[in-house]
Amino acid sequence: MADRDERNHSNDSQREPDAKAEAGEKTAKGFSRRQFIKGSGLAVGAGVLANEGLLKAAGIESTPVVSGPGAVPVQLKINGRLHSLRLEPRVTLLDALRNHLDLTGAKKVCDRATCGACTVIMDGRPVYACTVLAIEAQGHAIETIEGIAPAHKLHPVSQSFVDNDAQQCGFCTSGFVMAVKSYLDHHPNPTYDEAKASLNGNLCRCGTYMGIRKAVLEAATKEKGGRL
Amino acid sequence: MANIAWPPASKRGLIGKSISRIDGPEKASGRAKYTYDQNPVNLLYAKMLTSPYAHAKITALDTSEAERMPGVRAVYVFNGVGKEVNWEGHEILAVAADSEELAEDAVRRVRVEFQQLPYLVDDADLALATKDGRTRQLGAETSGDPAAGFQQAEVTSEGNYAIPVITHCCLESHGSVAQWAGDKLNVWISTQNVSGAAGEYAQSPDLNVPASNVNVDCQVMGGGFGSKFGIDTWGLAAAALAKKSGRPVKLMLDRKPELLMAGSRPSLRGKIRVGAKRDGTIVAWDSDSWGTGGMGVVGIHGLLPYIFRDIPNRGSRYTAVRTNTGPARAWRAPNHPQACFLTMAALDDMAAKLGMDPLDFFLKNLSLAGERAALYQEELQKAAELMEWKAKWHPRGDKTPGPIKRGVGLSIHTWGGLGHDGYCRTTIHPDGSVEVATGTQDLGTGTRTVINIVAAETLGLPLDGIRVEIGDNKYPPDGASGGSTTVGGVSSSTRVSATNALNQLLAKVAPALGTTPDKLEAVAEKIQVIGDPAKAISWKQACARLGTTPIVAMGQRNMSLISSGVGGAQMAEVSVDVETGVVHMEKMVAVQDCGLIIDIKTATSQVYGACIMGTCYALHEEKIMDQQTGTCLNPNMEFYKLSGLDDVGDIVVHMMTDPAIESRGVIGLGEPPVISPGAAIANAVANAIGVRVPELPMTPERVLDALGKGEMA
Repeated sequence: MADRDERNHSNDSQREPDAKAEAGEKTAKGFSRRQFIKGSGLAVGAGVLANEGLLKAAGIESTPVVSGPGAVPVQLKINGRLHSLRLEPRVTLLDALRNHLDLTGAKKVCDRATCGACTVIMDGRPVYACTVLAIEAQGHAIETIEGIAPAHKLHPVSQSFVDNDAQQCGFCTSGFVMAVKSYLDHHPNPTYDEAKASLNGNLCRCGTYMGIRKAVLEAATKEKGGRL
Repeated sequence: MANIAWPPASKRGLIGKSISRIDGPEKASGRAKYTYDQNPVNLLYAKMLTSPYAHAKITALDTSEAERMPGVRAVYVFNGVGKEVNWEGHEILAVAADSEELAEDAVRRVRVEFQQLPYLVDDADLALATKDGRTRQLGAETSGDPAAGFQQAEVTSEGNYAIPVITHCCLESHGSVAQWAGDKLNVWISTQNVSGAAGEYAQSPDLNVPASNVNVDCQVMGGGFGSKFGIDTWGLAAAALAKKSGRPVKLMLDRKPELLMAGSRPSLRGKIRVGAKRDGTIVAWDSDSWGTGGMGVVGIHGLLPYIFRDIPNRGSRYTAVRTNTGPARAWRAPNHPQACFLTMAALDDMAAKLGMDPLDFFLKNLSLAGERAALYQEELQKAAELMEWKAKWHPRGDKTPGPIKRGVGLSIHTWGGLGHDGYCRTTIHPDGSVEVATGTQDLGTGTRTVINIVAAETLGLPLDGIRVEIGDNKYPPDGASGGSTTVGGVSSSTRVSATNALNQLLAKVAPALGTTPDKLEAVAEKIQVIGDPAKAISWKQACARLGTTPIVAMGQRNMSLISSGVGGAQMAEVSVDVETGVVHMEKMVAVQDCGLIIDIKTATSQVYGACIMGTCYALHEEKIMDQQTGTCLNPNMEFYKLSGLDDVGDIVVHMMTDPAIESRGVIGLGEPPVISPGAAIANAVANAIGVRVPELPMTPERVLDALGKGEMA
């Protein structure tokens, strides 16, 4: 209890759901947002990709490669489909999705890894798309909310959000749904308290947390009956 | 003929039931397209240059280098050379370019020079503000004889209380996407006033477009809370940049300008004295209060004391302080949360001084609370039951060993919520399909769903038998969504419109059923003789009699279906770690009336959300201004804090729904439940730790500070 406020409000990396934190610690080949923040601060203006120190911090040993500053070819594997784009190296995964691929489910809100409205799943782990560079997302499997259910159908997590009125304005909802989906993928049987403690990486302004808590548990129960 | 009166409880199939919001699937699947998500072909992105200073004169502005950059398409100047900027974040110019990144680069290439001017950004020091000529007393009220009242008082309690400026922090920032098609302007804009926006564009000499040529679209929006009534200077800028460049332009505020200039709630600080008899009867009140809403002269004049307006001897004065900070805008229940916190905290302190349980103290003094005294009494008793108040309350200062102290606190509040004027159009097609259209907007409150429920109930159809069209100014105009006025407005205009349409249909089919329209009703997808399901034809058969021409019927807001004025009571239970100063809201109980409830599910969500939003401003939210630099220290979401999912405890909502309350018709609900949480939580903290934390938000620093001072006293 004593550390609750600190955990939620003073350190953005600690806002992450457990799964995000784990990804940050363990993903060696990936380039997690957590390591990225540690190494370089914010994405805007970063014209050089392969900062050696950064890569070492990320546990990646490789020869530095300079990309940009102009647009470079980028290939992103999103929802199982490969997209070829030309993007400046400074373009974030979020802006690539929203501005270049019209995948607007992930929302731009804080744009600095605090609120979680841009949450997508990369290699099975949730990341803040506003703080992953598109060029760094290459070679990773990216799942956005557009890819979790076929057209005209709802993923069980989405359905639980609808049924439990876990949304009002809905602007945080996509990010929450992705965070919850990823959480349940890794923790299929959470208790109420576990779920509560693990989903602090997303913020809602309308105050829909009561519904979201119920939705998480309901989705967990439903998913046991077979995934979509 | 069908009557517009709300059906009695026994005949309601949908109204008042628990119904999931109809746009839920679109939102929960990420398919809903917000303004921010609109990406028309050839879109340009605009970024703004805003003032880095609290107060300055622009002495030079050179955009030539920026404009020469390849891919930069247009520049719009809000404030040029010679103009003064009056707060950090004040608009200077906007640049539209092929990409967001390029627009940012171009803004950086603008050369602008300032002459810095004197400023004040912090309103805490009233003497300083007065010396600076920045204060204006908005009024003084006196009733009875305050001096005599305090003489009569056997106990006097005095305290200083403060609630700072906070922001709206809508998750979808303010902004729009503007696109011209010849002399027609199409805008997607995140707005609380779909029907009113065109007129604002038409007023701009830069655009030279009649309102009739402006189409406004806002199907879904990412929060407003009172900050999105106007199209704003940046809305005009988007349209002007689109005109200049010949391409569509998206201008959404980045988070920093959003928090600096796109809406804030005025502060309120005050010194309050309360006088009472030893038996707890309040006999005197005196308050000197002040606050700031930026450079405008705004504030809570006339609201202190809050609710307890019949205290016999009272004086209150309010002074507005002008500061070089972003302008205030209506913030959910304008002025009420501030006035409520100051009043309920002062009264709670008086109860503590008297050694009374505040529940008993409030109940004893409800005769001073005006026309809703009986309702408050009932609500407080219900809340006490749900909170187990009598078991949980203890005199100030939890004596339990260990660092975690628990306490309970309470507050009451009021609001109007009369439905705004507006129109609705119901169309019944010969194939039986129905559309209901009104130029309103759904801020996330459930407006779309309410319209659907009322129309379906009126026409005896299932929810999916109606297509609801809102969020577009081509539909009949509806009012702006503010002050909890939407549900009354749209539910009554929809009810009237759908009833009018139904009556036309009944007139068409009455002969076939061998009767007159007044003997018919629409129930369960049938038109039948009232109370006689055997004499019926199906809805589809009835509509087929229309031939090829649909029925179209208008409806306007109707005062017989709505009402104004609600009361609510809330109780909070908190735990406080007296070693770290961290406060946790463990439980809240919210008891609320709002007349006839259309959808209990979304209504309950409004109250849950309000309790959580209230917890945010009680414990976390503050726009922190630094007088040294004239800047805001936390214009971002890591330091402008909101509660997370684990930061709030359990919330119990009880809606008052007896027949007498329902007979008042529909009353708005968005504002009232957000008024009390700050006061209830603050009073609970005082009960837990034994001393008053006089200023919100109750951060660990302020809690420890209050504890330190309390120990010294």
